[in-house]
Amino acid sequence: METIEQIKGKQPEIKEVDKIVVRFSGDSGDGMQLTGMQFSDTAALFGNDLSTFPDYPSEIRAPIGTVAGVSGFQIHFGSTEIYTPGDSFDVIVAMNAAALKVDLPRLKQGGIIIANTQGFDRKNLGLAKYPEEINPLEDGSLQNYTVHKVDITKHTRECLSGTGLGMKEIERSKNMFVLGLLFWMFDKPLDHTLKFINEKFANKPDIAEANTKALNAGWNFGENTEVFTTQFKVAPAKLPPGVYRNITGNTATAIGLLAAAQKASLPLFIGSYPITPATDILQELSKYKTNGVKTFQAEDEIAGICSAIGASYTGNLAVTTTSGPGMALKTEALGLATMLELPLVVVNVQRGGPSTGLPTKTEQADLLMAMYGRHGEAPLPILAANSPSDCFATVFEACKIAIEHMTPVIFLSDGYIANGSEPWRFPTEEQLEKITTKFLTQKDLDASGLLPYKRNEFLVRPWIKPGTEGMEHRIGGLEKQDETGNVSYDPMNHEKMVNLRAAKVKAIEDFIPLARPDSGNNSGKLLVLGWGSTYGSIKSAVTELLTEGYDVSHIQLRHINPFPKNLGELLHSYDHVLIPEMNSGQLLQLIRAKYLAPAAGYSKVQGMPFTTTELKDKMLELLKA
Amino acid sequence: METITKNTGKLTAKDFASEMDVKWCPGCGDYSILKQVQTVFPDLGIPKENFVFISGIGCSSRFTYYMDTFGMHSIHGRAAAIASGVKASNPDLSVWIISGDGDSLSIGGNHFIHLMRKNFDVNYLLFNNQIYSLTKGQYSPTSEKGKITKTSPFGSIEEPFNPSELALGAKASFVARTQDRDPKHMQEILRRAHQHKGTSFVEVYQNCPVFNDGAFFAFSDKETKKEEAIYLEHGKPLIFGQNNEKGIHLDGLTPVIVDMTQECNNDLWVHDEKDKTKANLISRFFDTRSNGDHFPRPFGVIFAEERPTYDDILEQQMETLYIRKGKVPLNKILSGNKTWTIG
Repeated sequence: METIEQIKGKQPEIKEVDKIVVRFSGDSGDGMQLTGMQFSDTAALFGNDLSTFPDYPSEIRAPIGTVAGVSGFQIHFGSTEIYTPGDSFDVIVAMNAAALKVDLPRLKQGGIIIANTQGFDRKNLGLAKYPEEINPLEDGSLQNYTVHKVDITKHTRECLSGTGLGMKEIERSKNMFVLGLLFWMFDKPLDHTLKFINEKFANKPDIAEANTKALNAGWNFGENTEVFTTQFKVAPAKLPPGVYRNITGNTATAIGLLAAAQKASLPLFIGSYPITPATDILQELSKYKTNGVKTFQAEDEIAGICSAIGASYTGNLAVTTTSGPGMALKTEALGLATMLELPLVVVNVQRGGPSTGLPTKTEQADLLMAMYGRHGEAPLPILAANSPSDCFATVFEACKIAIEHMTPVIFLSDGYIANGSEPWRFPTEEQLEKITTKFLTQKDLDASGLLPYKRNEFLVRPWIKPGTEGMEHRIGGLEKQDETGNVSYDPMNHEKMVNLRAAKVKAIEDFIPLARPDSGNNSGKLLVLGWGSTYGSIKSAVTELLTEGYDVSHIQLRHINPFPKNLGELLHSYDHVLIPEMNSGQLLQLIRAKYLAPAAGYSKVQGMPFTTTELKDKMLELLKA
Repeated sequence: METITKNTGKLTAKDFASEMDVKWCPGCGDYSILKQVQTVFPDLGIPKENFVFISGIGCSSRFTYYMDTFGMHSIHGRAAAIASGVKASNPDLSVWIISGDGDSLSIGGNHFIHLMRKNFDVNYLLFNNQIYSLTKGQYSPTSEKGKITKTSPFGSIEEPFNPSELALGAKASFVARTQDRDPKHMQEILRRAHQHKGTSFVEVYQNCPVFNDGAFFAFSDKETKKEEAIYLEHGKPLIFGQNNEKGIHLDGLTPVIVDMTQECNNDLWVHDEKDKTKANLISRFFDTRSNGDHFPRPFGVIFAEERPTYDDILEQQMETLYIRKGKVPLNKILSGNKTWTIG
C-alpha cells in the first residue's frame, strides 16, 4: 500500500507532448465507456484533435472480474491531426487484474499503468486467471513501465463516507475518481464533467454530490500526493478554423438522414429492427418525432425493409438500418425495391461475420454481399463512409442518389467508425446541397398518357404517389414491360430491362466526383487504395512515409458502385497498388476484375482495425521491392 | 376501416376494373371476390386514387393487377409489412391487403400476427383455399390433417391453423368470415370491414377448382348449407338447421346444440360481436367438438371492437409533441449541445 502524504506546494514536472493514447479499462459495470466519453468531450472542448474507440464485450454483464467482461475505451488525442485511436497505449487505467491482462500487450515500453489495487486482490487475480500467488503489480514483471498503484476503491469510499450513500452507490462513483485523477494528469479542467453530472443527476442530488466529490477527490489526489509527479500538457491542435462538435459515426448517420430529408423536403421514415452495432441510429432518430420523423420498430428485419418500401411508395425518404445478419434477411426485399425502382437507403453497419460472428467487433466483409447479394441481375449504388464524421456526408449523398436516381442505395459503415468518435466541423443547413424531389402528376402527362416506367435522359423513372388523382397504376416484383410497367414475360423485354436497370446505376458515375489522391500524387511508385473505415490507419501510415521521403499515395473510395470514372486510369499510373481491407480481399476482387490492375491485397480479419504500424510495414515491403 | 369521405362523383364497378386480362383458372373463387370488391367500392365514398392494394405472392395476390387503383404486387408473405409502411406514412390512404393462406399464415405468419396486434387501420382479405395453388397443389397451413397432396402423398400430418382463432389470439380488432359463393354476404362483410376503424381481418373461403375443388361446398350447397353454416348477426340468437330448428346454448363455457322443437328457445346464445371470450368460442367451436356435437361453420362478423389504431396514435403523438416542443431546427441538430470554436 502506498502511503499518502499531503505535500504542500508540490511542483509537478510538466511534460509537453504532441499526442497521447489513453486506454480506460475495467469491468463492464465499472463505467469505463462513460469515463472515456467524458474525457474525450473535455479534450475536444479544449481543442485537441482526437479519435476514440469503444471496445466492449457483446454480453451486457459478463461475469465480473473475468477477461470476458473487460470493457475498454481508447482515446487518442493530440495537438496535431489525429486519424486513428492509436496502435498502442501510453497510459492504461486498469480497474482490475483482467483489464491489465487484456491491455498490457499493447502498452508502449515505458508506458504508464494506473492500477486500482483492490482490483488486484486474490479474488480478482483468480478471476483473471493469473497463476496462483502471482500478482503482476508485485512480482517485478512490470519493471519496464511506470506503475501507479492506487487504492481507488478505498479513496472513493473515504471521500464519500458520511454522505449517507450505500456501499453500492459509493462503489459506482469510483470511475469519477479515476476521471478526476486523469484530468489532473493531463491538465484538463473539470467544468464540463461537473456540468454533465449536475444535468444527468438533476433529480438525484445525493448521487450528483457523490460524483462531484469523487471527481474532485481524484483531481486532489493527483495534485496533493507524492505518487504523481508528472503532468502532461497536450496543446490544442491547429485544426481549420470553425465551429466543432464531437460525433460518433452512428450519430452522424442519423443526422445525415435528418438533413437529407429536410433538404429533399420529404418526410423521413425509418423501418428497422434493433441490431448491434446499428441500433443507435434507430434510437437517435426516434427522438425526432417532433420533426415529423416516423420510426417504425418492425417485427423483424424483413418487415423493417418492407415497411420502408411501403413508405417510399407513398413518397417518403425511406430508410432501413441494420448490420450483416439483418442485411442477409433483407436481400429478397432489396430485390423488390430494385425491381420497383423506388428510392430506399439501406444502412449496413458492418460487424464481424458470418452468422452472429463478432457482434461488437468491426469488419468490412459485407462488400461483396452489398455488390452481389441479390438473386437475378440487381446492381445497386454502394457508398462507404471513411470516418465517424464522414458518415454524415456519405449517407446524405446516398439519400440524394436514391431520390434523384430512383434506386435503392446501400450505405456501408462499420462498428469501428459507428461507435468511434472524432471532432467534426459541422456544416450549416445553408451549406448543404439541395436534393431535387419531383412527384409526377396528371398535368405532367403528354399525349402518350401515364407511363410509370418511362425514363428521363439519365434513365430515371418518375415517382408517383398513391393518392394522386388520375395516376392509378400497379407496380410489382414481376418483370415489367419497358415504359408501361405492365407485367411482361417477353424474353427480349426482360433482357432490355436488365440492361436498362444496370445502365441507370452506371449513369450515376456522371454525378459523383472523380477519384483523387488524399495524400501523394497522381502517379508514382505505390498507391494505397482503401475504402470505408480504413481511412484513418492508411492516412496515418502514408503521412509518416511521405514525411520519411517515400513515393506513396493514398486514395480512399467512397463510391464503390459505380466507381469514379477515372479510377481505372489512375490505378495504372502507379507501379504498385496495395488494397488493405478488413476482409479477405473483396475490393481487391472487384478492382482486379474490372480494371485488370495488378493490385495486391492486404487482409486483416481479426475484428480489429489496422494499426498504423502494420500498414506501414506492408507498404515498406512494396516500396523497397 | 374508415378514411376521409368526400363526394367522388358517380363511380361504377367498371371504373375499378383495370385493363389487364384476368388470368385465374375458370371457376376460381377469386373471380367472385374481385367482382364483389368492384361492386362495393364505388359506394364507399373514397376517391379512387386513395385506394391502395398491397398483395403478396400466390394466386390471390394477382388481384392487385386487376383493380384500377394504386397497387403493389410484392413478395411472398410481406404484404402486411409493406402495408404497415404505406399506412404509417400516409394514413389518408384506404389500404387493402390481399393474401392467401400460405402467404399469410406460413411465410408471412410473423407479419400477420404483428399487423393484428398493432391495429393499423387497414383491411386484410385472406383468400383461404386450404391449398397451395400457384405451386400446383401442396398442402397449406390451413389444409386439414390427413390431406393428400403432392407433398403429402400419405396424408398431411400437420394440425391446421384456424385463421380467425389465430387473428383473435393476435389481438385483431375485427374478425369476420365470408365465402366466394355468397356474393351478397361478402359485399356486406366488405362494407363492414371498410367501416371498421382498425385492422379488419376477413377470411374468405375460396374454392380452388383445380387443386382443392369443393373444399367449402358444404357451406353453400343447398342441401347442406343450413346444417353446416351458421350466419352470425349481432344481437340475434345462434340458430341454424334445415328449418332453423337448432340453436346453440352456452353451458358455462361449453357450447351445446339444442333442439328447439323440444326446448324453450329463450336460453340461446345471443351473438355479441364485442364479447371477446364468446368470439373465441365461436371461432373454435366447429373444430373442437368437445361434447360430440357437430357444430356449423360460423359466417359473419365474429368480433369487432373499437380500439385506437396505430396510425391514429402515431399521428396524435407527433402532433402533441410538435405542439409542446416544436420542430428542432436543422442547424440545432447539426450543432448538437456541445460545440467549440477554433481560430
